[in-house]
Amino acid sequence: MCGVGLVARLDARACHETIARALTVLANLEHRGAAGADADTGDGAGILLQLPDAFLRASVPWELPRPGRYGVGVCFLPQLGRRRAELEQLLEETVAAEGQVVLGWRDVPVRPGEAGRQAGLFAPVIRQLFVGAADDVDDALALERKLYVIRRLAERAAGPELVLPSFSARTLVYKGMLSAPQLGRYFPDLTDERFASALALVHSRFSTNTFPSWELAHPYRVVAHNGEINTLRGNVNWIRARESQLASDLFGDDLRKVLPVIRPGGSDTAMFDNVLELLTLAGRSLPHALMMMMPEAYAGRDVSEDLRGFYRFHECLTEAWDGPAAMAFTDGTVIGATLDRNGLRPGRWLETADGWVVLASESGVLDIPADQVVRKGRLQPGRLFLVDLAQGRIVPDDEAKAEVAGRKPYGAWFDGGHVRLADLPPAQPRPLGQPLRRLQLAFGYTQEDMKVMLAPLAANGEEAVGSMGNDTPLAVLSDRRPLLYSYFKQLFAQVTNPPIDPIREAVVMSKQSLVGSERNLLEETPEHARQLVIDNPILRDEELERLRAVDSDVFRARTIDFTWPVSDGAAGIEDALERMCVDADEALAAGVNVLVLSDRDVGPERVAMPSLLAVSAIHHHLVRAGTRLQAGLVVESGEPRSVQSVAVLIGYGAAAVNPYVMLATVRELVDADDAVERAIAAVSKGLLKTISKMGISTLSSYCGAQVFEAVGLSAGLVDRHFTGTPSRIGGIGLAELAEGALARHARAYPERADELLPVVGLYAWRRDGEHHQWNPETIALLQHAVRGGGRPTYEQFAALVNDDSARRSTLRGLLRFREREPIPLDDVEPAAEIVKRFSTGAMSLGSLSREAHETLATAMNRIGGRSNTGEGGEDPDRFGDERRSKIKQVASGRFGVNIDYLVNADELQIKMAQGAKPGEGGQLPGHKVDRYIASIRFTTPGVGLISPPPHHDIYSIEDLKQLIYDLRCANPHARVSVKLVSEVGVGTIAAGVAKCNADHILISGHDGGTGASPISSILHAGVPWEIGLAETQQTLVLNDLRSRVWVQTDGQLKTGRDVVIAALLGADEMGFATAPLIATGCVMMRACHLNTCPVGVATQDPELRKRFRGKPEHVIEYFFHVAEDVREIMASLGVRRFDDLVGRVDLLEPDAALSHWQARGLDLTHLLRAPDVPDGTPLRRMEPQASPLEGALDWQLIEVDGGTFPVRNVDRAVGGLLSHHVTKHGLRERRQYELHGSAGQSFGAWLAQGLELTLVGDANDYVGKGLSGGVLAIRPPGAATFRAEENVIVGNTVLYGATAGRAYIRGLAGERFAVRNSGALAVVEGVGDHGCEYMTGGRVVVLGPTGRNFAAGMSGGIAFVLDLDPAACNRQSVDLEALEPADEEEVQALLREHAERTGSPVAASVLGDWDAARFTKVMPHDLKAVLDLPLSAGGIGFVTRESEEAVA
Amino acid sequence: MGRIGAFKKVARLEAPERDPRDRTRDMREFVGTLPLTELREQAARCMECGVPFCHSGCPLGNLIPDWNDLVYRDNWREAIDQLHRTNNFPELTGRLCPAPCEAACVLEIQEGDAVAIKQVERAIIDRAWDEGWVVPQPAERLTGRHVAVVGAGPSGLACAQQLARAGERVVVYERDEAAGGLVRFGVPEFKIEKRLVERRVDQLRAEGVAFRFGVDVTSVDELDGYDAIVLAVGARVPRDLPVPGRELPGVHFAMQYLYDRQRGGGAISAAGKHVVVIGGGDTGADCVGHAHREQAASVTQIELVGEPPAARSDELTPWPAWPMKLRTSYALKEGGERDFAISTTRLSGDGRVEQIHWQQNTGRPPFELVPGTEEVRRAELVLLAMGFVGPEPGLVEQAGDGVFVTGDARRGQSLIVWAIAEGRATARAVREWLDARDASDSIAAARHGEYTPAR
Repeated sequence: MCGVGLVARLDARACHETIARALTVLANLEHRGAAGADADTGDGAGILLQLPDAFLRASVPWELPRPGRYGVGVCFLPQLGRRRAELEQLLEETVAAEGQVVLGWRDVPVRPGEAGRQAGLFAPVIRQLFVGAADDVDDALALERKLYVIRRLAERAAGPELVLPSFSARTLVYKGMLSAPQLGRYFPDLTDERFASALALVHSRFSTNTFPSWELAHPYRVVAHNGEINTLRGNVNWIRARESQLASDLFGDDLRKVLPVIRPGGSDTAMFDNVLELLTLAGRSLPHALMMMMPEAYAGRDVSEDLRGFYRFHECLTEAWDGPAAMAFTDGTVIGATLDRNGLRPGRWLETADGWVVLASESGVLDIPADQVVRKGRLQPGRLFLVDLAQGRIVPDDEAKAEVAGRKPYGAWFDGGHVRLADLPPAQPRPLGQPLRRLQLAFGYTQEDMKVMLAPLAANGEEAVGSMGNDTPLAVLSDRRPLLYSYFKQLFAQVTNPPIDPIREAVVMSKQSLVGSERNLLEETPEHARQLVIDNPILRDEELERLRAVDSDVFRARTIDFTWPVSDGAAGIEDALERMCVDADEALAAGVNVLVLSDRDVGPERVAMPSLLAVSAIHHHLVRAGTRLQAGLVVESGEPRSVQSVAVLIGYGAAAVNPYVMLATVRELVDADDAVERAIAAVSKGLLKTISKMGISTLSSYCGAQVFEAVGLSAGLVDRHFTGTPSRIGGIGLAELAEGALARHARAYPERADELLPVVGLYAWRRDGEHHQWNPETIALLQHAVRGGGRPTYEQFAALVNDDSARRSTLRGLLRFREREPIPLDDVEPAAEIVKRFSTGAMSLGSLSREAHETLATAMNRIGGRSNTGEGGEDPDRFGDERRSKIKQVASGRFGVNIDYLVNADELQIKMAQGAKPGEGGQLPGHKVDRYIASIRFTTPGVGLISPPPHHDIYSIEDLKQLIYDLRCANPHARVSVKLVSEVGVGTIAAGVAKCNADHILISGHDGGTGASPISSILHAGVPWEIGLAETQQTLVLNDLRSRVWVQTDGQLKTGRDVVIAALLGADEMGFATAPLIATGCVMMRACHLNTCPVGVATQDPELRKRFRGKPEHVIEYFFHVAEDVREIMASLGVRRFDDLVGRVDLLEPDAALSHWQARGLDLTHLLRAPDVPDGTPLRRMEPQASPLEGALDWQLIEVDGGTFPVRNVDRAVGGLLSHHVTKHGLRERRQYELHGSAGQSFGAWLAQGLELTLVGDANDYVGKGLSGGVLAIRPPGAATFRAEENVIVGNTVLYGATAGRAYIRGLAGERFAVRNSGALAVVEGVGDHGCEYMTGGRVVVLGPTGRNFAAGMSGGIAFVLDLDPAACNRQSVDLEALEPADEEEVQALLREHAERTGSPVAASVLGDWDAARFTKVMPHDLKAVLDLPLSAGGIGFVTRESEEAVA
Repeated sequence: MGRIGAFKKVARLEAPERDPRDRTRDMREFVGTLPLTELREQAARCMECGVPFCHSGCPLGNLIPDWNDLVYRDNWREAIDQLHRTNNFPELTGRLCPAPCEAACVLEIQEGDAVAIKQVERAIIDRAWDEGWVVPQPAERLTGRHVAVVGAGPSGLACAQQLARAGERVVVYERDEAAGGLVRFGVPEFKIEKRLVERRVDQLRAEGVAFRFGVDVTSVDELDGYDAIVLAVGARVPRDLPVPGRELPGVHFAMQYLYDRQRGGGAISAAGKHVVVIGGGDTGADCVGHAHREQAASVTQIELVGEPPAARSDELTPWPAWPMKLRTSYALKEGGERDFAISTTRLSGDGRVEQIHWQQNTGRPPFELVPGTEEVRRAELVLLAMGFVGPEPGLVEQAGDGVFVTGDARRGQSLIVWAIAEGRATARAVREWLDARDASDSIAAARHGEYTPAR
C-alpha cells in the first residue's frame, strides 16, 4: 500500500538537507496514505536514516564510543510507568547478558498535539537505548548481529508490548501512526539542523490487510514497502519449517536465540523484513538476499548464464515472496529499491547534476529544475535500483546482479545437483488392478464429473465454462456428502493487490515444482541444489512410478498408504492418520526425501481418506516436527479430478499430484492419443488461473500457501490438520469425513458390479440430485406470480424458497427472527419507499440482450430503484430517458467508459470482483459482439472481448483511492461505489475502501451470476454474503467508519425474508440479479455464454431476441411483492422504518429448531456478534464523505478558456473536472491549456472532445486514462539537458481504456502503455513491458524500445513500431506485417503532429529520413479476420444500430 | 449438450404415421419412427438446460437431456443405460405416454417447438431391443425375503422388477390370463403390439419374477408367508352414466369393449353400427379407433366439457404446466365426428339401444343445460369412456404394516409413467421397510446375545 521514497547523496556526505528533502517527498506523497475515522490520524508514516552520530553525541549527557562501536535501539514502550520500567529493565538485562554495555537512555522528544486523536490514544513512550560494543565484538557487522540478538531476545521475552523499530549501529527509524506531514512535526529531532544523514527512506502508509498501529508504520529495520505479499502464509510456514535447519558460523550458538525468525503479529512487510534481516546478517549482501526473496521472472528474459544459474540455484533454497511490491531498502551503506516480477507498483527516480538521487512512488515529489536533472528512470519489473554510497554512483541492475551471481559457480552447482524428472530411468506405469468403474465410485465420481468436467478437459484442453450463479447448498449443508475439496473456498485478490492474467502475461508465470530435501538456508553449497525438478505438478502414471522408484544416496522415495481397513469403521481414520505420521517420521529418519502419499490400496477391504486430509495432515505434522523440509510430498490419488482439487492439494503442501483415476477416466472417455496430455494441460492452465487470482505467479510459492478459507469444517479439524486456515462457522469433523468416505466405498463395492455413476446434478438441476434454489418449481412460481398469479403465487414461491433455504441451502436459512411485539402493518413504511433500496445486478448489455437490459432499467427507474449497466457501456440514446441505468459500472475492461457515460450516472460503481469469478476478468465471446454491442463498447464487431483480471489502474489500495478521485472529477454528483466479493478479510478491505473516500460498498456473495466463467470459479471461490456482510458491518462499526458509507449486499436474494436478514446483518441496500431476470422470462438455461438463450434474455441473436417476453411490469410486480413481504416481517418485528432494521443483529438468532445443521457442528455466533461500541455509534450511513475535490487545479481551468498554469504531483486527474464541466454543459469549442511541472496521477483523465492539454515537464501513472476525445501532449522543458527519448516522461498504464482522442508523448513511458485502448491515437518514444495489452482499437506509434510482451491479448487497433524487436512481441494474437501505403500516410501524419506538438527531434529525424521498412505493423488476427470478411457475409448476424432502429 | 443452436435451424418433426385411410384396415401399429439420422438431428435440438423442465415434467424423472445428448452423439448403448436408469419400460412410455415432458420443454415456451423427446425415447429402446442390449439383470445375491405383488399392470411389473433385481424373491398374482394390465388389454394392438409386453415379461421371468395368472386375490390373508405384499390392482371402477336407458343392451363401459377387442372379439361389435362414444379422453379415442377398424357405420365422440382453447392459455395453464388445449386424437383423424359441451340426457331403443338424446351445456361446471338444444342421434353401440372413480373395493382397504398399495390403486387413474414411477417408488419403500424390520430384528436378537455380525 502506500507511498514510498528515498533520497540519497552520492558523495555519501551526511547532511540535514537529506532529511529535509525526504520529508518534503513524504509530504508530497500524502495522498497515497490514509486517514482513519478521525481525519487527523494517519495510517502511518516514518523515516529510516543513517545513525546521526553528531546529533546523538550532542544530545546525550554521556560520552559515546566512536561511530560503529555503539548502537541505538529505538523503543516503543507502554505508557504505563510500571510496565515500562520492567521492560526497560528487561532490555538492560538482555544487553548485559549478551555481554554488551548499556550506555544510557534518551527520551525522544515528541509533540503529542501533532498526532491525531486515535493515534494519541495508542501513542507509545519513545526512548532510545544506547548500547556500547564489548571489546570482543570485532567489527561493525558483528555488533549489528549482537544488537539483533539482543532485540530478538527482548522481543520474545516481552511479547507484543515492546516494539523496537530499530536497533542498530548503522540506522535509525522514526515512525508512528501519523500522516505524512505530521511526521516531521511530531518528532522535533527530524527538523533539528544537526540531524544528518547521507540517505533517507520514507514511507506513508495506507493499511488494508492489518489495522493501523504505531508498530506497523514503515520503514522497518531494512525495508519500506508499497504493495502486498500474497504468498505470505506459505512463506511464513516454510520459514518456520526451515528454522530447525538454520545454522551460521557468524552467529554460532546465538542463532537459537533469534528464533522464531518471524515475530508474530507483524504485517506482511514486517515479516519480509524479519527474514531479509536474518539473511543479510548471516552474511549475504542486501542485493543478494533480495534477489533470493524476490527473484525476477528470468525465464522469459534474456539473462546471462551466471544470473540464470543464480536464480535456478536459489530456487532450490527458497520459494519467492510473491506479490505486488515496490520494496525500498537500505542498510545504511547502500540504498535502493526493487520491484516485483510483474512490475505492479510504480517507482520513478532521477539523478541531479549536484549528486542527489531521488526515488519515489511518483515523479515530481521534489522541485528540481529541469536543467539540474541528469537522467530519470523508473523501477522496472524484477529490476534492482541500487545506489552504492561507497562507490558514489547508481549501480545498474545488470552490474549489481552480475556481481552477486558471479560470486559462486551457482549455475554449475545447480547443473550438477538437480535432477529432472525426465532424466530418471523410465518405469512401467502401474495398472489399475480393478475395474475403473469401481474406483470411480469409490472416489465419488459422478456422471457430471465425466461429462461436464472431464470430457471438455480431454477433448478441448479447456476447463468447462458455465454461466449464471451457484444456487446449490454450501458443502456443509448438502445432503450429498460433498468431497472435502468443496469445503475450501479459494481466496482471491481484490483492492489490496491485483490478480494476474496468466494467459496474456504468461511470461511471469511458472509451474515448476521442486521435490527433495532442503538444506540450511543460511549457507550455500553444491548440495543445496540436490532437488528433483518437476516441470508440471500433474504427474502421469509413468512419471509417478519413476519418482517412486528413486533410491540413491541423493533421492530416496517411500510410499505411504492413506487408506484404512473398512472393518475399522469411521473410527479407523484416526488410527490411520496417526500411523501415517509415524511412517513419515520413520521414513525421514531413514533418509527418505520423497514421500509419496498414496491411496492405490483402495479395494473391497480398504477405504481411502480424503487425499487433501492426508496431505495436509502430514504437511502440518512435519512442520510441527521441524522436519518438513527434509522431504517433498507427492500425492498419488484417485480422488482429484478438477482444477480445484489439484489446487487445494498443492495449496496444502503437495509438490506434485498423480490423479490416476482421472487420467484413466480421460483415456476411456476420449479416444485420442493426446487426451491425457490435453487434460493435464487444461488442469495446469486452470491451476495457473487459480493461483493468479490471488496474484501469485509461481507455483512453488503457492505450494503450502494455504490461500483458502474453510467453510463448514470444525475448529478441531482445522486447527490440527489445516493449521492457520480461517474457518468461521465451524462444521464437520473427522468422523463425518470418514463416514462420507465409507459411504462412497459402500457404493463402489456393493453386491452388483454394474452400478452406474450417480447423477448428482451439481451443475444442472436433476430431480434426485443436489438441491438447487432455482428449480422448476421456484422458477415457474415466480414467473406465474408476476403474470397473473399475484400475491398468493408469490407467497407460494416465497414459502418454498424460505423453507428450502432453512432446510438445506443457505446460512440465512439457519437464522430466525426473534419474537417481538408486533405493530400494525399500516404503521410500517410503505413498499414504494422500500423498493428504492433495491437495485438490479451488474449485467452488461452484451451479455444480456438489449430488450432484457432495457426492461430491467425501465422497471428500476419507474420504482425509484437502480439498475446497473454492467461492464458494457450504455447506448447514448438511453441517457435521457427511463431506459437509463442509474448505476454505471467501471470494470477492468472499461468497455464504453468515457466522459459521457460517466457524466450520465447517479452512481459509479468500481467492480473489484464478481461473485461468480472473483479475481478473473470477464469475457464476451465474439459471436455476442454484434455491430450494436461493438458500437457501444467502442470495439470491433465479431471480435471477442477480454476484461483483464485486474484493473490496470488498481494494483493497490491507494490506486483505488486515486480511481475514486478520478471518478469524482468525472462526475462530482454521482456517488461512488466499490463492489467487493465476500471472503475472509473483506471487512478490513471495506474499511480501507471507506478510507478511500468511497460512498458505497457492495459486498457480493460468492454465489452471484455470470455470463460465462470457468466452473471451478463459480463453485469454489468466495464465501456467502452473510459472512462477508457481517464481517464488514462489524469492522466498519468498530472503526467508526460505518456512518460514512452505504453498504449493499447481493447474492441469490429472492424474498422479503432475505432482504430483512441482509438489513439486520448490516446492509442499507440490496441487489438482485437472477430473480428479476427470471421475472422477465429467464429459465436458468445456463447457456448465456453460448448466445443461444431460447427466451431472448442472454443473447444477441436477432431471432432469439424476438422471443423475449419480459415487461418492466413483471419486474416491478416482483419487487413490490418482495417489499410487501418485507413490510409484513417488519410489522412482526415491531419496526416501522427500514433504517431502523439496519445492523440490528440482535433481532436475529440461530434457529434452534433446525437440527440438521447443528448436528454438523455449525456455529453462527460469529455472524451475530454485535461490535462492542458505545451506544449510539452509527450502524448505518448517516453523513457524506468529505469531498476531496476542494482546491483542485481544474477549478481554475474551468474559469478560463485556456492559458498557462503550474502543476505539481499533488494535482491529480488534471482535466477531469474540466471534462465533466464541458460535457455536462455541452461545451464543444476548442480550449487549450499549457501546464508546467510534474503532473500528478491520471493527468488528462477522461479528457473530453475539444480540450487540449500540453504538459511541459513530466507526468505520473495513468496519463490519459479513459481519454474521451481530448488531445494530450507531453514534453520535457526546453531547459532540460537530458535526451527525452532516453528518459521516462510518463508513468505506467497510460491511456488505459482510452476511447478517443490523441496523445503525443516525447520520451519514454512505463509498463502497459495503451492498455485496453479502444480508440485513441498515440505517439510515444518507447514503452515498457506489456505495451498495447488488450488493445481493441485506435493507433499507437512507438518510436523506441517496447519492453517485452508487447501486444499481448491485443484484438483490435493497430500498432506501428520503429525497429521492433520481434522477440519482444507476444504474437499469440497478432501478426507482424509491413506497412501499406495507407499506413505510411497515417503514420507520417501522426508523426508530423507529434513533432509539432512536442518538438520531438526523433519524429523530425524519422520523417526527414523516411524509411517505411523500419516500421513494423502489429496487426491483431481478430481484426484482420473481420476486415477480411466480405461485407455481405454477416455471419454473426450483425445488425447495425440504424437498421435496427428502422425495424423498431 | 446437443448441437449448439440446432434448435434454431432444425425444425421439430412429428413421428411418421401411416395414412389414416390405410391403417384402419389392419391392427398393426400405425405410429412409426423417423430414420435414426433424423432422430439424431431431433435430439440435437435439445439444449441440456441448466434447469431441465422436461426432466421435472416427467413423473419418472427421466434423464431426458442426458440421453438426448447421447443419441445426438450416436451413443445409443449408453443412452439405453441412462433411459433404463429411471424407466423400466420405455417401450411402453415411448408409445403411450402423452409426454408431459414435451409440454414442459423450454422450447415449448414457443408453442409447438418442443424437442421430440418421446420419439427419441422410443427409438432408444427399440434399437436396444434390436441390438440385443436389453438382457435380464438378475440379482447376484438373494436376500432370502419374499414379496408378493398383486396385479401385473405397469406399476406391479415395475415394482416386481425393481425388487427382483435387488435380490428379493417376487411372485406376481394376476387375475387375467396375461401380464400388462390395461396396456395389455385396454390399449389397442395398433397402438402397441402385445409382443412387446410379452418380451418384457420374459425379461422379468429371467430375472426371477414368478407369475401366477388367473388368480384373483381377494384378501391378503391368501398371501401367507410373504415378507411384504404390494397391491397394484389399478383403479378399475368406471364412472357410470345415470340416465334413463342406461340398462339397454348395446350400452357398455369402454373397457368392456376394449378388453373384448383385445381378446379377439365376439361379445361386443361395432361393425356396421352407428357408434357413440361418450367421453373425450384417450380411452374414448381408442374406442373410436377400434370402431373404425370394425367398419362401423358412423362414429361420434362427445365430451361433457366445452371446447378448450386452440392454443395454450397463459392464464389457465401457463408453461410449463400441462396445457389445456384442443387436441385431435389419432382416431378422429381416421374419421368420425366430435362435439363438446354435450350432456347425454337419455338413451332409448326398442330392446336395444337405438338413439341417444342430448343437449348442449354451458361447457363448464355445473354444466347447466342450454334450453332449445335438444337433439336425438342414432346410436346402436354406446360406449362409456368417462374415466374411473377408484380401485375395486376389498383388497386395498387391507393395506397396513408390510402391505403396500401402489399405482392407480393408490393415486387414482393416471398415466403409465405415473404407474411405473409408483411401482419403482414402492419397491424402494418395500426394501426400506424390510431393511428396517430386519435391522430391528437383529438388534433385538443381538440384545439377547444371539446375533453375530456378518463381518
